Amino acid sequence: MKTLDLKLLRDLWHIKSQVLTIALVVGNGVGAFVTQLSTYDSLQWSRLSYYEASRFAQVFADVKRAPQAVEQQIAALPGVADVETTVVFDVTLDIPEVAQPVVGRMIGLANAGQPRMNRLTLRQGRLPEADRANEVLVSEAFAKARKLKPGDHLTAILNGKREALHIVGVVLSPEYVFSSLGAFPDDKSFGVFWMNREHLGSAFDMEGAFNHAVLRLAPDAGEQDVIAALDRLLEPYGALGAHGRDEQLSHKILSQEINQQKSMSMVYPTIFLGVAAFLLNVVLSRQVATQRGEIAALKALGYTDLAIAAHYLKLVLVIVLIGILGGFAIGAWLGHFMTAMYTEFFHFPRLSYRIQPWIFLVAAGVSLLAAIAGALGTVRSIMRLAPAEAMRPPAPVRYRRMLLERLGLEHLLSPQARMIVRNLERRPFRAALTAFGIASSVAIIVSGIFWRDALDYMIAVQFNAADRGDASIAFTQPVAARSRHEIAHLPGVLAIQVARSVPVRLRAGHRAYRTVVLGLPANTGLRRMLDADLRQIPLPPHGVLLTDRLADRLGLKVGDRLIIESLEGTRARREAVVAGLVNDLIGLSAYMEIGELNRLMDEGDSISSVAVMLDQSQTKDFYARLKEMPKVATVAIKALLLQNFRETSAKNVLFFTTLVTVLAAGIAVGVVYNSARIALAERTWELASLRVLGFTRREVSALLLGELAIELAVAIPLGLWLGYLLSAAIVALTHTETFSIPVIIEPRTYAYAALTTLAAGLASALIVRHRVDHLDLVAVLKTRE
Amino acid sequence: MQAPPQTVFVARGLTKTYHMGEVEVPALRALDIEIYQSEFIVLLGPSGSGKSTLLNILGGLDTPTSGEAFWRDHNLATADERELTRYRRDHVGFVFQFYNLISSLTVRENVALVTEIAPDPMTPEEALQLVGLEQRMDHFPSQLSGGEQQRVAIARAIAKRPDVLLCDEPTGALDYETGKVVLEAIARINQELGTTAVVITHNASIAGMADRVMHLANGHIVAVETNPHKISPSELSW
Repeated sequence: MKTLDLKLLRDLWHIKSQVLTIALVVGNGVGAFVTQLSTYDSLQWSRLSYYEASRFAQVFADVKRAPQAVEQQIAALPGVADVETTVVFDVTLDIPEVAQPVVGRMIGLANAGQPRMNRLTLRQGRLPEADRANEVLVSEAFAKARKLKPGDHLTAILNGKREALHIVGVVLSPEYVFSSLGAFPDDKSFGVFWMNREHLGSAFDMEGAFNHAVLRLAPDAGEQDVIAALDRLLEPYGALGAHGRDEQLSHKILSQEINQQKSMSMVYPTIFLGVAAFLLNVVLSRQVATQRGEIAALKALGYTDLAIAAHYLKLVLVIVLIGILGGFAIGAWLGHFMTAMYTEFFHFPRLSYRIQPWIFLVAAGVSLLAAIAGALGTVRSIMRLAPAEAMRPPAPVRYRRMLLERLGLEHLLSPQARMIVRNLERRPFRAALTAFGIASSVAIIVSGIFWRDALDYMIAVQFNAADRGDASIAFTQPVAARSRHEIAHLPGVLAIQVARSVPVRLRAGHRAYRTVVLGLPANTGLRRMLDADLRQIPLPPHGVLLTDRLADRLGLKVGDRLIIESLEGTRARREAVVAGLVNDLIGLSAYMEIGELNRLMDEGDSISSVAVMLDQSQTKDFYARLKEMPKVATVAIKALLLQNFRETSAKNVLFFTTLVTVLAAGIAVGVVYNSARIALAERTWELASLRVLGFTRREVSALLLGELAIELAVAIPLGLWLGYLLSAAIVALTHTETFSIPVIIEPRTYAYAALTTLAAGLASALIVRHRVDHLDLVAVLKTRE
Repeated sequence: MQAPPQTVFVARGLTKTYHMGEVEVPALRALDIEIYQSEFIVLLGPSGSGKSTLLNILGGLDTPTSGEAFWRDHNLATADERELTRYRRDHVGFVFQFYNLISSLTVRENVALVTEIAPDPMTPEEALQLVGLEQRMDHFPSQLSGGEQQRVAIARAIAKRPDVLLCDEPTGALDYETGKVVLEAIARINQELGTTAVVITHNASIAGMADRVMHLANGHIVAVETNPHKISPSELSW
């Protein structure tokens, strides 16, 4: 080994705790990067291989009822490689030992065999026998959530008729990688079933007809062209509008999540590596300042500038390499863990975790670049240092009269306080960066756990302020408004509110969007439209209210006109005025007064769902009666949805909070510990002199740590503010159409971030204080550096 | 009949001016000097007389503002940083007032630092033997006395078999007895290896061991004494 490298190793060993704390910050950044990118890549890869293996369809079309013969016409459309049709119905399920009715999506299986597209993966049991009409397959997610297995029985209400079903197999489908009725994962109250198509069809009077078609396209076909042709073809059959994978719920939610991972993968690593670069800069410049004489001597001895610069650069690179290797280990472990966590929401036959070599290469490359950037200034000063410096003693540090004196305020401070302030003033840039480094730890914690507050807020707004009913009952098809009386008289029902929802395509100029118009009574009791300040917006007698984000998307403002195309029944096409905007946090919808909507649809008093408020003591009877009601297609029970959501999210929130806290605390430790160590190293001589002059350990420590205390005091409020900005930036980065996530941060989150950072900072400072207490006065004073 | 002494250093009109902000500080003013092969030169003079500046230019640590400076056929006045580094590496040994040892390297390793990059070095052990430190090779600088540290610095300087040994106040930080030991080491190198030695000092008594003593003041050489009877360092007293 070359002697210079030996020096490197000894130098590293000498500052080993600083090496480790900086490597920790680098490691956390690399770890976060590897975790998020490898999770992104693995999800992407799992999805791709699953879609290919299962021949996931590319275009989806729902109609009210189309004769089977239309399938041939679809197949003949240019660009269509394959088409398959079936019947799909959402029904109410009655599962023994489950009080509430739950929603089942029944999908017909032709000849009870595997479909050509969206092929099922059999996880347990077998496929149904062709001649056994009541044999069904169940989606694995629901089977797990409801503890169902082959051999179990349950009852479904198929078009008003109770039918006993026999589970023979548990399967996965690429159409239901994510399964839910809404946007929240809810495997307990929504299950997917596959059963004999003829039997399902006949139960719903759909013999020789279909209501769901899936297509795969020829390699060179344009998706939009096929969709347009398909819409024209299916128009007479009550087409709801064909769409590609981008609007297929499972694919859409999965893609949103995958893309979120990708856009997030840059945010935290950037902060970590920025802080690491700063710490490396501080440590290296300190190292160089201490070794000025040695550097000059090396030059005088004939070492080239380049060789000496490389020697110090190696010091930085070794620290970073330790961090990178640690980060790889953290990243591989966490990535595996996170990918596995996704199996709670996303149901793949095999969620394969892998780390592509390029992820390691990019992580290592970016870290090394950050380190070199941090070291560059100091390395340049090494190059510039004249070898003749070796002949001179070190110059005393220059202090000048600073702000304090110029303001004439110095008399307000004790000499000790003046020393602290002057030290801060002497290196304002470093003090500012130290404060900024600590602040970034606070900010990361805030931005990592504000989600909990945002979700709580969304739930409070959506499910308490806006949607005030306890359950929502949807009918199999629109029914006369008088049916509401039946619901109103069910046991435990305190109040009801009817609604009519119509699937529509809204058009404004060249822009269009598929959604539903919800018709509500003008006096909306259980369902309220809210503005950004949560004030109720009254439903206007005429015109339509739009979710503000929908209005943006369509380029509309209040007073503009838009076209509403019904995708149901009469397929009415009407013009309406935007009467106001609603601040929905979930989904993009339109609202009208129900009578106005009925008129628009050329129909009588018709409703499609009823929201109810329940007497909580009678819910059991209410559920039991509902399970018997033939017209009821689905029942969404708020409490159940929320409970399921909280159960799944609680674990993830806890994991994520812990993770972010640990990673961010690494920054706080790294910054505070290194700042204190450097301050100590720079001022050991001075502090020892003060001790000799009779200062107590406490007073001397106060001088040293006073600087840090001021930096912490500035850093924490700054960090809270940065945390807010960072949270807002993350929301903007991970923006999806489904949710409008509010940047709501509760005091408890701020307090948690401030206190954990403070604790990490104090712990690090105390370790350094311990060193001050054990200063060897004689030894220190003998060797003036 | 003695052969005429060979000139190794020649400087003509050597001028060095430092710029301290807007003030110009002349350190050397058109100085001329010649140094011969295997000579022992002592530079004497008060602070600010230009001794260190002259030594730095001779050692290739600094370049003059104007004038000529040659070491054999190397033009030190016009050499760039790369050439100066090369010159220092191959020909010059330095001994600094503050030793400038690498604190994280042992005695042997401090010497090895030089032997690794020199073209024809002795082993670190040989070099340390010449200064009488062969027993302390595995100690770190912090475990040595000041005199021992300075002898390590000398060993480090001579290990490359330099053509010239440049010493800046080598005894400046040392007590009387230790200073003598260090000077003995330098004298021994000069005599046994024939290394040209240039020593800066404040201490006029050291002049006794020199071949020539040059007195500097205000950036000029004001007097040169030739010493007909060199004495050994052990006979010096101050």
